[in-house]
Amino acid sequence: MMGWSETVRTAIAALNARRMRSLLTMLGILIGIAAVMLTVGLGQGAQQQITSQINSLGSNMIIVTPSQTTTSGGFRGGGGAASTLTTQDAVMLADKTVAPDVVAVAPTSSTSGSLQSTDSTWTSTVVGTVPDWLNVRAREVDSGRFFTTAEVNSSAAVAVIGSETASELFTSGSPVGQTISINGQSFTVIGVLASAGSSMTGNEDDTVIVPSTSFAARLSTSSNANSVSSIYLQGKDADSLSAAYQQVKTALLASHQVTSDDADFSVSTQAALVETATSITGILTLLLGGIAAISLLVGGIGVMNIMLVSVSERVREIGLRKALGATPAVIRRQFLVEAGILGMLGGIVGIALGLAVAAILTPILNFTVAISIPATLIALAVSLGIGIVAGVYPASRAAKLAPIDALRSE
Amino acid sequence: MNPMLSMADVRKTYATGVVTVDALRGIDLEVYAGDYLAIMGPSGSGKSTLMHIIGCLDVPTAGRYELDGIDVSSMSEKQLAEVRNRKIGFVFQSFNLLPSLTAQRNVELPLVYAGVPAAERRERALAALTKVGLAERVDHRPGELSGGQQQRVSVARALVTNPALVLADEPTGNLDSHSTAEILDLFAELNDAGRTIVMITHEADVAARATSSVHIYDGLLRQDAIGAGAAK
Repeated sequence: MMGWSETVRTAIAALNARRMRSLLTMLGILIGIAAVMLTVGLGQGAQQQITSQINSLGSNMIIVTPSQTTTSGGFRGGGGAASTLTTQDAVMLADKTVAPDVVAVAPTSSTSGSLQSTDSTWTSTVVGTVPDWLNVRAREVDSGRFFTTAEVNSSAAVAVIGSETASELFTSGSPVGQTISINGQSFTVIGVLASAGSSMTGNEDDTVIVPSTSFAARLSTSSNANSVSSIYLQGKDADSLSAAYQQVKTALLASHQVTSDDADFSVSTQAALVETATSITGILTLLLGGIAAISLLVGGIGVMNIMLVSVSERVREIGLRKALGATPAVIRRQFLVEAGILGMLGGIVGIALGLAVAAILTPILNFTVAISIPATLIALAVSLGIGIVAGVYPASRAAKLAPIDALRSE
Repeated sequence: MNPMLSMADVRKTYATGVVTVDALRGIDLEVYAGDYLAIMGPSGSGKSTLMHIIGCLDVPTAGRYELDGIDVSSMSEKQLAEVRNRKIGFVFQSFNLLPSLTAQRNVELPLVYAGVPAAERRERALAALTKVGLAERVDHRPGELSGGQQQRVSVARALVTNPALVLADEPTGNLDSHSTAEILDLFAELNDAGRTIVMITHEADVAARATSSVHIYDGLLRQDAIGAGAAK
């Protein structure tokens, strides 16, 4: 029986003898593999980016948002109507007996604000909240300080601004201590936040943070001054996050006197957000990867086509090899190995192309195209598999050729 | 002494659509070790069919065929391939060398399928090429060799496995008179050294170089008495 190394050597010699055709055949597999790797890489890159953005929002965070669920009675709340969440909800959740696994609560309200400083004017998002906001959202103050609980209690006209807002409003000198006007109301800037970059919820560096009481008294446009647009809570640790989630949900259902079926709010954890985002990008990746995989299938059909042509062209050679003692199994293996090598070479070059394009795209898109080693190995195995599967039919045709028919053909 | 090749009432029938053709209608033939037999016949006589069956490229429809003591009449394709590999050395009219391989690699081919290790293959191929006088041409491809040289490469390929039988199918059909003489001299030399040869030909002067010959007409053999006969 012919050895493997001899089979591979013969296959490479046969492919080499028809170099141009082998290259063109490989092109189909090559493009397919590169396309699949890139789409999957883009999808995984997007997933990583979204996950890291969500994680940068804070740690062990629980978010309560008002929801406008429909009930049998029609729409709950109207467009622009007061939120179903209030500062009372936040106060209740801060109670250790109600939610023992919650360590910090930060109700927030926000509105768009026209800002004016001595230097310039700017428009930004104005957020009313409490000192815990800093911990819950995992932010830091770069210069100056954050406002205190005492300042919240006294509705002090103080503001902490984002780094980008600071640079837009103040062209020179420190913003701390300066006075700005927000929608016509005067506030003293007491601190500037450290940069956090932009996230899917907007630019985290272009914002103005004021005490919740000051927001309610001077800036709120809501019909109910007590309403808040969302409540951010921080769980004690990752292990008790789901317990904290349950405590928050149960407490709010009880105080709103609703069942979970017609709840007028929704509670989600960071983990749930990550999961949702992951499943969305996962579906997108699968969809795009699937489309790219069709090109791989077409490439495989190309390999089969060429192998069939090759078998009918080499009828004499096959006949001779059989006359000299090649068994049908040896002939079959010969053609399978040829098809496998075509597939695998296409795969290797395709992977190289995918990696090269990923390296070029990453700086252009400012976005990591994540191509993992397991994905690369799978791509390689798939290309080899496609080659072999595409080779099965041509190889069995070759194996079945009767030696006398094969030798007779001129 | 048992015959090297023995056929008893071998028949071959081809069914092509509605017509059935009786290509061989009961062949009895014995060839002994050291024989040099020419099988002659006009085209359509069943000559090629007989060659295919002798060469184990095809199996008879009926009858018994033994080669070197092995009954090959009802073997599977795989078993036939192994018998061809070990027992028969083919020399074809159109040489049938693989154009992409050197003379040496062409000669090695039967040994590749026999699973002989590379070093031993090289050695035996070189020895066979030396025997046919082509030691200087081992690295040439068929396209770089004359017709006579190509046929000598294929004779070397037929000899390299040290087969029980060399089966030559019109070996001089594509050669000029000079190369024909060379190849026939080579066969005579091999036969003198004890090699068993069966040669299919339609040329009387080529057949005359064999030590015996038979004619085939309409699927039946007719004995000639040229030399020390086939029915020894």
